[in-house]
Amino acid sequence: MNRRIRKKWKTTFLAWGLILPSFIFLALFTLYPIANSIFMSFFENNLSVAAPRFIGLKNYLNLPKDSVFIQAFINNLIVAVCTIPTSIALAVAMALFANKVRVGKAFTRIAFFHPTILPMVAAANIWLFIYTPIYGLISYINPQLRLLGSSGTALWALIIMLIWKQAGYVMIFYMSGLQSIDRELFEAAVLDGSGPISTFRYITWPLLRPTTIYVTIVTLTNAYKIVDHLYIMTKGGPGNATNMLLFYIYQVGFDFWDVGKAASMTVILIVMLLVITVVQFFVQDRRTYYS
Amino acid sequence: MVHSATSKWAGKISFGKVVVYAFMYLFALIYMLPLLWIIRTAFITSDKAINLFSLSWPTFENFKRIWLAAPFAQYYFNTIIMVFSTLAVQFVLITMAGYAFARLDFFGKNILFTLFLTQMMITADVLIMPNYSFMGTLGLIDKRLGVILPFFASALGIFLMRQTIKTIPYELEEAAKIDGCRLPRMLIQIYVPLLKPVYVAFGLISASYQWNNFLWPLVMINSVDKRPLTLGLAIFAMSFETGAQWSDVSAATLLVIAPLLLLFLIFQRQFIESFAHSGIK
Repeated sequence: MNRRIRKKWKTTFLAWGLILPSFIFLALFTLYPIANSIFMSFFENNLSVAAPRFIGLKNYLNLPKDSVFIQAFINNLIVAVCTIPTSIALAVAMALFANKVRVGKAFTRIAFFHPTILPMVAAANIWLFIYTPIYGLISYINPQLRLLGSSGTALWALIIMLIWKQAGYVMIFYMSGLQSIDRELFEAAVLDGSGPISTFRYITWPLLRPTTIYVTIVTLTNAYKIVDHLYIMTKGGPGNATNMLLFYIYQVGFDFWDVGKAASMTVILIVMLLVITVVQFFVQDRRTYYS
Repeated sequence: MVHSATSKWAGKISFGKVVVYAFMYLFALIYMLPLLWIIRTAFITSDKAINLFSLSWPTFENFKRIWLAAPFAQYYFNTIIMVFSTLAVQFVLITMAGYAFARLDFFGKNILFTLFLTQMMITADVLIMPNYSFMGTLGLIDKRLGVILPFFASALGIFLMRQTIKTIPYELEEAAKIDGCRLPRMLIQIYVPLLKPVYVAFGLISASYQWNNFLWPLVMINSVDKRPLTLGLAIFAMSFETGAQWSDVSAATLLVIAPLLLLFLIFQRQFIESFAHSGIK
């Protein structure tokens, strides 16, 4: 063994020692649970069997037949498709304004960003109150409006709340995105007689593309993880009109004690999040954030 | 920057610009309405709260009542304990691991780093079911330690640490080595003071995550006296069936979010900058 390799082994020993405490917790509470979910998803493990029974892929094959699972899956998609573009549009407007405004700069930032720091449970309480018939703010439009109570409107009521909660968070990425654009480009555009709208369309928006890609990925993964509000506002109802994957996993796991099925859904969720990561890896110019 | 572009246009105050600005100010105000309404409802008695336009002198009646109705002091204590013990452990662990990933060249570095990166995507929220059964094996269900244990290793923290340590000149470390300074002392005396901005940024993200965490404590905690604030608030709010108790629920909600809001008002810039980092997660 030459000296360089020996030295590298010595460094390796030290590095592993420094990383080991973190790695133990990572292994126990991230890596092992992932492996465990995959393992458990091959077993029938619920209240109807005395001991876990190996059933191969049956948990997965049963999922498409479960109308609630399909509904939750579709609801997640609807939420993602509706909240992401709307949040981005609002966030760009907010960021343009928050960067330019001189009077009330702090006020506008606080106004737009404060929902981000609120606990989802608190935000859910606030909006549950707003949506309450007779007493809530919404009752000043029409006291009999039951947005959360009817399956046709409940999901949309939640989507409005999610956009409110999320747009300010998206805004901060556009604020720094805007600040990183070379000012000379804007000056040149103004000299060329470009108005605000065409400047935005041909210069600002294209240059914000890395931010947009990045924000889409972040909000897409968040769309699958945020479920606290369901517990407060709808419990996934009425019917299963507002159920979502992660909340359904919680219900199947902790209300129906069907561990095998919950594990198979967890694996599906993990796979989807990993696919999103891989897509991000290929789409995004990695130098933007990993430099 | 956008600023300078604006100043070019600022010369002519066009009608369109006035309309856009007025609209955005109005929009900002509307954005605040839910919060303002909760604050207003929390400070007036429930019989007056029903009418949107009725205003009266603020009263602390609602707060007094809910403080007695549910053990919010205990909830506060639990949340604070969980937030700060998580932070303490995280700070030590991310400094050690972040240093190794930034400065040392070792076998298995890339594989190890990739494994940590999975945690940024597959966060603890997704793994409630397997983590719960594992906590059962460890005998940690209904323990506060069980709630915070999965968060001790933080990939985001390690990542932020690594990025920042890389920007610190290596000469500082070499000078210390020549002086015979050993690794633990060097980390504490040279790196930790320079890494303060990372501790602040990561601390704000991690603290607000723990403060706001809900679903995981919901499945883990059964005893009333171990509930964190979010869980206490949710259970308190759900004990009311009708809308008539909204002053109480508003007061309770405000009680839970007040520290976060105050911190945010004071450290507005730091909060926004920190959360801009959190996007990496």
